Amino acid sequence: MELISALLVQLMQMMLVLWAAPLLTGFVRKVKARLQRRRGPPILQPYRDILRLLKKEVVVADNASWVFRAAPYLIFAATWVAAALVPTFAKGLLFSWSADLIAIIALLASARFFLALAGMDIGTAFGGIGSSREMMIASLAEPAMLLVVFTMALVARSTQLSAVADLLASSGVGLRVSLGLAMVGLIIVAIAENGRVPVDNPATHLELTMVHEAMVLEYSGRHLAMIELAAAVKLLLYVSLIGCIFVPWTLATPGGSTASHLAGFLAYIAKLAVFGFLLAVFETAIAKMRVFRLPDFVGGALMLGLLGTLLLFASRSL
Amino acid sequence: MSVVAFLMLCAAALLGVALLAAAIARTRAATTIIYGATLVLCITATALSIAALALGGAPSRLVLPVGLPWIGAHFAVDALAAFFLAVVNIGGAAASLYGLGYGAHEEEPHRVLPFFPAFLAGMNLVVLADDAFSYLLSWEFMSLASWALVIAHHRDAENRRAGFVYLIMASMGTLALLLALGLLTGPDGHYDFEAIRLGARTPLASAMVLVLVLIGAGSKAGLVPLHAWLPLAHPAAPSHVSALMSGVMTKVAIYAFIRLVFDLAGPLPWWSGALLLAIGGLSAVLGVLQALMQDDTKRLLAYSTIENIGIIFIGLGLALAFRADGMDAAAALAMTAALLHVLNHSFFKSLLFFGAGAVLTATGERNMDRLGGLIHRMPVSSFLFLAGCMAISALPPLNGFVSEWLTFQAVLQSPDLPQWALKVMVPAAGGLLALAAALAGAAFVKTFGITFLGRPRSDQAAAAHEVDRLSLSAMALLALLCLIAGIIPGFIMDAVAPITRQFAGDALPLQAKLPWLTIVPAFESGSSYNGLLVFLFIGFSALLAVWAIHRFASHAIRRAPAWDCGFPDPSPATQYSGSSFAQPIRRVFLARTPATREEVLMPAPGDMQAARFRLTIADPVWDWLYEPFAAAVEIASLQLNKLQFLTIRRYLSLVFLSLVSLLLVLAIWS
Repeated sequence: MELISALLVQLMQMMLVLWAAPLLTGFVRKVKARLQRRRGPPILQPYRDILRLLKKEVVVADNASWVFRAAPYLIFAATWVAAALVPTFAKGLLFSWSADLIAIIALLASARFFLALAGMDIGTAFGGIGSSREMMIASLAEPAMLLVVFTMALVARSTQLSAVADLLASSGVGLRVSLGLAMVGLIIVAIAENGRVPVDNPATHLELTMVHEAMVLEYSGRHLAMIELAAAVKLLLYVSLIGCIFVPWTLATPGGSTASHLAGFLAYIAKLAVFGFLLAVFETAIAKMRVFRLPDFVGGALMLGLLGTLLLFASRSL
Repeated sequence: MSVVAFLMLCAAALLGVALLAAAIARTRAATTIIYGATLVLCITATALSIAALALGGAPSRLVLPVGLPWIGAHFAVDALAAFFLAVVNIGGAAASLYGLGYGAHEEEPHRVLPFFPAFLAGMNLVVLADDAFSYLLSWEFMSLASWALVIAHHRDAENRRAGFVYLIMASMGTLALLLALGLLTGPDGHYDFEAIRLGARTPLASAMVLVLVLIGAGSKAGLVPLHAWLPLAHPAAPSHVSALMSGVMTKVAIYAFIRLVFDLAGPLPWWSGALLLAIGGLSAVLGVLQALMQDDTKRLLAYSTIENIGIIFIGLGLALAFRADGMDAAAALAMTAALLHVLNHSFFKSLLFFGAGAVLTATGERNMDRLGGLIHRMPVSSFLFLAGCMAISALPPLNGFVSEWLTFQAVLQSPDLPQWALKVMVPAAGGLLALAAALAGAAFVKTFGITFLGRPRSDQAAAAHEVDRLSLSAMALLALLCLIAGIIPGFIMDAVAPITRQFAGDALPLQAKLPWLTIVPAFESGSSYNGLLVFLFIGFSALLAVWAIHRFASHAIRRAPAWDCGFPDPSPATQYSGSSFAQPIRRVFLARTPATREEVLMPAPGDMQAARFRLTIADPVWDWLYEPFAAAVEIASLQLNKLQFLTIRRYLSLVFLSLVSLLLVLAIWS
């Protein structure tokens, strides 16, 4: 019985991330539009976009290989699996022991690996520019993320996300300098990894500034739908991650009552709304950076992660 | 007969095959006979060494009445030797299988065939040797055999230069090892390793052994800054030999390091771990950055070997530091990570070199800026090469990720280390490791993307064809091993437990008993990873997505010219090239190094010449270390040259003076 309910919670979370992801994207777009005094598309527009893309025919370039056609599914699968390992509204996911935070980062790296390859498959200049810049950003963001994970793992003495959330939810941790540094680092990484302003502009189609959009330029129809959905899931993943690590108190405990799960669910929706709003405000308030200014920005996260880790090496209580 | 006797028979048989090859190399069937024979011998030796590792028990020894008088030649197989023999012979078997197909394209087989089995025999003998003399003899034999293979294509001036540099570096390495073994054997000449283990030595002697072995074995493994020969020599050899040199011979050097430092040198102070961490971290990052800058696939792979050796040495350095501070469980974890990476790297690096060899066979081209689009003409090779790229980029569920994950877990065990220097070094090394892992991903996106994807950049690339089945089966075998080692790493971790128990004093908890083949680095940490489940999850979700899409979405598909924002350019030169792919990372990480220069030669206004862009990338160690060193040697030899033209009187007084000074030194010393 316990197993079944745990499985149920796991499956619900997997479905939840899938269904909530476009909603978050739509919400961020809407808030940004309102902040710019535009009316903006409806919040449900991303769902309509995906449905429309699914119904359309796929136009594949003449010299596309199987990598181009397989990549959307692999990107989606790796991102979804990674997202399913992050607690959204309840802790103690059934399969959380099968992969820790380092593995979640590596799963996202797999998705990026295939996205970058897909960008190079057709052999256009834009695909190459996107892939090469994406890998440059990743070469800074990924180690930054790992160092942030080190910081949290040293506090929790485990790289398992559920253990980290458990420990941070307990009152024994308190405010720590290292965790503060880690939070700022994680937010910068989240912005960089999701291609948000100031790293990349998700709304741009101005050729020379594109990163993510340049890689997916040749995609259409159901392939593009998978990639758009994967991108939305990735944004939700990072928001859930920040929420479950730094605001872990609302997570329902395994075996808890239905009411506690419901409360956790409502709190999760509230977290998404707050983070989405803050993201939109941040994106509106800041201008996009030149590509070669990015290393300073993302490198800052790397330094913060390293500093947090060093502090914990100096003393476990910092 | 004991295991070691059987393994010695295999090595002797390999030497016999080498002699046979020298006799029949010019006949037509020679390629098949020789590689067939080495394949059979390597498979036998693999089975024997895996059996020795699995059965465990006391080390089996053998003394042969050859070698130095009254001492004889000692050979032994313990858990460490068995593990490395398995690495050597799996790589040897795969290279032989590949050679059966690839060797047919060899233009001068008589320059490759005799040395290939000899090289394999040399590597086996280094691992088997159990006394200082046979050890050094085998080491030098291995170096010379590989040198002969490096200059197999000696008509190319670049290969001759590579051979020359390799020969100098190998001699220097052997000299360092000779001195290290001299210190270990002591004035009484205990050549036998068993006797060396029992002998006592001062901390200073142990530290000197460490530094000398670091130079000797480290130069063979390719540690920065002694790596300069490696990216020249490894690519110069035929591809299956490159695979052996990069995938296997560097591991023999790791074996030499573990044997001489962990086993024979005795207890070492904590700073030895810090030294290894610094060198390992530096090798990892500089190796992968240089790899990213290369446009020659084989040279890129050689630089990436330096990176992976760096990762292994970070693991070994952590193990030394933990051991010195009495944290045996953490030392066992770090050493397991290093050993696992030894095995994993030998799998995927051989696979990638085979892939580069396949491309070379199909197109005659090593420069990726003249390739492209090969995925359409070499579908199987490209799929297998992609598997190797994923494994080396540490992507789950393949094997590279497992050993990097374990290394990270070992890093996370280290805040309890008491020394402040280590407390600062270890997180820095962890950061360098993370940076190297991310850059490796970029390097292999570049390798695969430029070589296999896109549009062909030359006629050779457009006319490429798939390679023969034997080469493909060797690659498929290694790709399969990468997957297996990635999804069930627990069995390998259990297999290396006797080694860590012997050299780190502890072993990881038994992994095979854990549910669902999960791996855990230590019970109290609560961290775990399950490659099998991650593999199944990804497979399941991808299939679910494919099914859902094909069930509910539109099936319509149309082929059309590329979109490219409306202005597709038919010229393949408009694609990103290798160096343009690496440009952003070059700007970020290497902009301020003098070795990397970008020059834009803009003609004056009114001049009709085309503007030119020139990019020069050099390995900075040449300028910083090798050239000054060579200049110093030259000056010194010019000065000493004067001593050749003295009168007999002066010679006599010189001899007398040196005698007196030596006696003085001796008098003060004792």
